[in-house]
Amino acid sequence: MTTSTTPTPPDGDQPALLEVRDLVRDFPRPRSSLLRAPEPVHALRGVSLDVRAGQRFGIVGESGSGKSTLLRLLAALDRPTSGTIRFRGREVTGVPERRLGFLREDLQVVFQDPMGSLDPRMKVRDIVTEPLVAQGHPDRLGRLDELLEAVGLPARAADRYPHQFSGGQRQRIAIARALSTRPAVLLADEPVSALDVSVRAQVLNLLADLVDEFDLTLVFVSHDLSVVRRVCDTIAVMQEGEIVEQGPADRVTTRPEHPYTRQLLGAVPSLERALAGQDAAGLAAAAGAAAPGADADREVRR
Amino acid sequence: MSDPVTARTPADVTVGGAAVDGAPGDDHRLVVEDLSVRAGRLGLVHDVSFRLGRGERVGLIGESGSGKSLTALAVMGLLPEGLSASGSVRVSSVDHDLVGASDARLADLRGRVLSMVFQEPMTALNPVMRVGDQVAEVMEVHDLASGRDARRRAVELLAQVRMRDPDGVARRYPHQLSGGQRQRVMLAIALANEPDVLVCDEPTTALDVTVQAQMLDLVVRGAAERDAALLFITHDLAVVATVCERVLVMYGGHIVEAGPTRRVFTAPRHPYTRGLVRASDLGALGVDGTDGSLRRPLPTIPGTVPPAGAFPSGCVFRNRCERADEACEVEPPWDGLPGDGAACVHPYDPEDTAAPGDTAASEPGGVT
Repeated sequence: MTTSTTPTPPDGDQPALLEVRDLVRDFPRPRSSLLRAPEPVHALRGVSLDVRAGQRFGIVGESGSGKSTLLRLLAALDRPTSGTIRFRGREVTGVPERRLGFLREDLQVVFQDPMGSLDPRMKVRDIVTEPLVAQGHPDRLGRLDELLEAVGLPARAADRYPHQFSGGQRQRIAIARALSTRPAVLLADEPVSALDVSVRAQVLNLLADLVDEFDLTLVFVSHDLSVVRRVCDTIAVMQEGEIVEQGPADRVTTRPEHPYTRQLLGAVPSLERALAGQDAAGLAAAAGAAAPGADADREVRR
Repeated sequence: MSDPVTARTPADVTVGGAAVDGAPGDDHRLVVEDLSVRAGRLGLVHDVSFRLGRGERVGLIGESGSGKSLTALAVMGLLPEGLSASGSVRVSSVDHDLVGASDARLADLRGRVLSMVFQEPMTALNPVMRVGDQVAEVMEVHDLASGRDARRRAVELLAQVRMRDPDGVARRYPHQLSGGQRQRVMLAIALANEPDVLVCDEPTTALDVTVQAQMLDLVVRGAAERDAALLFITHDLAVVATVCERVLVMYGGHIVEAGPTRRVFTAPRHPYTRGLVRASDLGALGVDGTDGSLRRPLPTIPGTVPPAGAFPSGCVFRNRCERADEACEVEPPWDGLPGDGAACVHPYDPEDTAAPGDTAASEPGGVT
């Protein structure tokens, strides 16, 4: 595939699990003038993509690129301004919550900050099995041990509270909860960004193992290209609400075609390049941020 | 002064030398000796010693709970209530020890001789004060400029950290700026009074990569232009390799390894450093990974960092170390040169590299 923003054509006749077409999401800005209506924030400006079963699909972008907005829409936690999302061929957008059961069972989310996504007053037992209660599953406690074991937590963890765990362990709890309904799709929003390097390696290995073991389709959102390349087979690069480049992970990271992808690749600090003599000035130059003025002031908030 | 032979003296400390007692020599901006931080009876940082030369850039790396931020706060005299420091922290231009100095004396030094850039600029900046005034304030407080003169200097400093329209930015409030801009305001404040020592605690962790690249460049330039010593704290090995010439590795409140950046990252001696280097190697971007190297599990360090106070006696890493035996039950002596070595009884050989990319070599332990 080239830099085109059109979705990768499906292999053979296999239909896409997630079909996104022309997705637009505008957010209103607060009014700052009596006379003029404020210009909305265009978080997504027409995003289309296909995620096929078994794919590990990475979405990369910096803050403000719209990657988290896209993920929230995929999880039906927000509604688009226009455009459609189909899951297994069924329309997701505009469907009332009570009829989204099929999606809630089959598509689960792991968020960046496990402390913010785990209820501090609930025991791990209740956190992990809560989606099963919501879905009306019969044998939820029977599933608990299985889930804890899958994510590498001891069975005694069930009786403890989130604050009694380290960051990496809390992310494991969040992953166990996401897997409880045996989803087909796991959406992960920066799941390792808040973790230390050695813990990050453990959680990335765990995710890779679980994706293989449970035949999961993974949608992995991150700002970190080197992490995404580790985990994903396909990468979409987002900038200012649009997908500017999409293709196989190896191609995108070795032969980027869009200037922004090149800039992102250059900006990631690298041990190899640093040991080969790249200093901070060299890194800034590679990131296209060295020249005075050519910096990130575009993000001044109005 | 503790026994110089048994003391853990990682950095280029003159072992048994006179430099330990007197004022630091001309070429050292900051000299830290046997710095310990305690919370009541609980030791959090243990006998940390290092020196920063004029214009030198030294990285302090370690994971959460390693004591790296506490070390920085102790150097700055900013330890939270309930924590106490012992040992010695000296700055070349100050004739007294910073440990045990009065709050008034420390307040006079902070922002002038020693300054710090924090990780989270939104909490470090005053939300109800224009940023130009905040840059000017640090000069006025130390009587180095005042009134219109300070305002003019503030705008100059904002221009130095490459703010577009520095006049306009000076009139803004922190919430009107992006994360990268706020962090550059923090840097302008830190550099305003030409400090001897600049401490940066994870200054780019919350920033986008392109903004981070620029910020790192500005930090290095800002320190170099002032010949200031830079102590750069981070958990990101690639960042520290880009910024620093020398690196100190902390684990469990101890400096477990120290040395030139290249040596530490290509031929780490301490098993912890080695684990850290290998766990952070996600594979070089731009190098073809179609050979399947990216599908192999990442090497990890077994177990997790214990909570403070639950580290084993002797070598703090021995409960997670593949090389640990009975010899590790006593505190390991420093192995190697004072500024280039590791606190380990069974260090890896210098030839035994763990350079990024050599995934084929050395498979023992570590992999979970």
